Amino acid sequence: MSTENASPGFGAEAGARGRRFLSSLMSTGTIFVLLLILWVWITILNPTFAEPGPFLAYLKRSAPLVILAAGAYFVLISGNFDLSVGALVTAMVVIAARLIDGDPSNTWPVIVLMLVVGLAVGFVNGFISTILRVPSFITTLGMLLILNGAVFLWSGGSPKGALADNFRAIGRQGIDGIPWINQLPWSVILLVIIGTACVLLMRADFGRQLIATGDNERAARLSGVRVNRVRILAFVLSGASAAVAGILLAGFGGVSAQAGLGMEFDAITACVLGGVVLGGGRGSVVAAMAGALTLEALFTWLNLQGISGALQDTIQGVIIIAAVAFASYRLRGAR
Amino acid sequence: MTVVDPPEQSSGTAAVQGPSRFAAWRVGILASPAAPVYGALIGIFVIAWIVVTIKGGTFLTVPNIVNMLQRSVALGIVSAGQTMVILLGSLDLSVAWLISLASLVTATTMDGQESNVLPAILLVLALGVGFGLVNGLIITKLRVNAFIATLGTALIIQGIIQYQWNGPAGNVPTSFSQDLGYTRFGVIPMSFFLLVAVVVVIFFLLRSTRFGYRIYAVGGSEDVSKLSGLRTHRTIIGAHIVCSLTAVITGIFLAARLKAGTPTVGPDGGYDLESIAAVVLGGTALMGGRGGVVGTVGGVAILAVLDNAFNQLEFNAFLKDVVRGIIIIAAVAVYARRQEKQA
Repeated sequence: MSTENASPGFGAEAGARGRRFLSSLMSTGTIFVLLLILWVWITILNPTFAEPGPFLAYLKRSAPLVILAAGAYFVLISGNFDLSVGALVTAMVVIAARLIDGDPSNTWPVIVLMLVVGLAVGFVNGFISTILRVPSFITTLGMLLILNGAVFLWSGGSPKGALADNFRAIGRQGIDGIPWINQLPWSVILLVIIGTACVLLMRADFGRQLIATGDNERAARLSGVRVNRVRILAFVLSGASAAVAGILLAGFGGVSAQAGLGMEFDAITACVLGGVVLGGGRGSVVAAMAGALTLEALFTWLNLQGISGALQDTIQGVIIIAAVAFASYRLRGAR
Repeated sequence: MTVVDPPEQSSGTAAVQGPSRFAAWRVGILASPAAPVYGALIGIFVIAWIVVTIKGGTFLTVPNIVNMLQRSVALGIVSAGQTMVILLGSLDLSVAWLISLASLVTATTMDGQESNVLPAILLVLALGVGFGLVNGLIITKLRVNAFIATLGTALIIQGIIQYQWNGPAGNVPTSFSQDLGYTRFGVIPMSFFLLVAVVVVIFFLLRSTRFGYRIYAVGGSEDVSKLSGLRTHRTIIGAHIVCSLTAVITGIFLAARLKAGTPTVGPDGGYDLESIAAVVLGGTALMGGRGGVVGTVGGVAILAVLDNAFNQLEFNAFLKDVVRGIIIIAAVAVYARRQEKQA
């Protein structure tokens, strides 16, 4: 809420702005506090975490989810759901492996193709959800089925082919030889670029229109927002983010038919942890991305605590409910 | 459609006399939101029949009908419960894992002993009430969005299951398994009566009880209901308890079918998203307040007919998913068009 929700206070005094910043930080700041607590706690358990190398590795690991969360944010804030991103990520990984087939010269054309597919799937989701008026929950649920089916139909049940080394490098490698931090991973650079772009986008007309649409569709329409176009664009951005996340994840994690399994829920959870209200109109993209970082930090913390893989789900569930309950309690208190 | 006029009700039927009574009845049927669902069902049924016949198969054989009914039972029961919470404007993503948990608890408690059947069923039903209560309390008292709340409880149940079991467990006594899972009367399987019973109970709850009217009211607008003096929290919690109960009943049925509890029987069947798809396919608005369990039954039947036709045509399993996805989207698009015209 820090950046997006600021009313167009043209020429507002610095004091007022400062106060507004403070109050907005109070309302969505929970996630940053939680993130900080987790980071500190992890560092206490494992002091190397705070060193640049391991910390960058953590960011590198988080990058796909953070990017997905940013994409999911656009859709959620406009009052919709996108349940198809997980299947889309899987589709991306399978497509990449099959089409590149180990040949480095195929990498760039395939990346372009992946982005196009991502944009196209996003557009179809948006078109059906707005122009054809199908609830987005159902549209993207159908898309999930279609993508899962289509990908495996095409690849015959299990992913085939292999990735080229220069494709993997995007998810795995980075700029080497930088003093102190040693290696700056490409995915972290991408993360920063995409994060900045998202913040700028939410500050531009598009962002304000998106929030207005999610908050009150009719009011937005009456004040001249092209509601459908804005919403379709949100889905397109979500599709694109899934494509990018797919590229990173394929390089980082390798080819698997389960690459994107459940990521749609993780991305939505990250947004909600960051204070995005399902139903639209409230929340900030930075907080959503911080939510994704928190979720990844939570996984790291659970591993360090030595909690067995099975109970990890249970604790994740409890913490998510608790965090959201706490956030809504704060919200009620603020009102 | 508000509190006073649940949709399937053909309003004023009793008051009209003579020939106009028939007309009013007909208008009532056609105007109900369930009408396009059954229209679509008949359409898909006929198309499936024709296609299967052209390909040299026979669509309406006894094993086929049994198969269709049998497949409808599990999804139908849980979808009936899901209808309740969706009518409220809520939803329940935890049903799939709850089904798994119920099947495991059923099978391990019965442990092959017939004397344990009743205690096991009671225990599992209590489990359903418990989880429904937890879901409802998290949503109402902690004010967590239903999507996140039930996703969270789903994760919690998933963790418990994976911690406790790592494969099929327990043993359902043969007699119980035969009775519930396999007995048939003519073409109608015993389990189908279970589905009918659940649907009738929920239909009655929604149409003829104060609780049901309150569900429509809260689904229409929670704020307005609260301001009109409804205890909305109780209604929401009650609906979630009913929904979880249907999930555990499905779990008991699946345990009887498989003779054992299975950790992945729920998520493998995709009962969480599939039940929501069936409800929406049945014409119930995802935002709540409009629809009913009759439409849901139609939605489940559509999915079952499709499934069966695909099997007859020996469709590729993956292509099946693609076509199913397209049909779900297309059907809901058609409903949306229709509603727009009415408005």
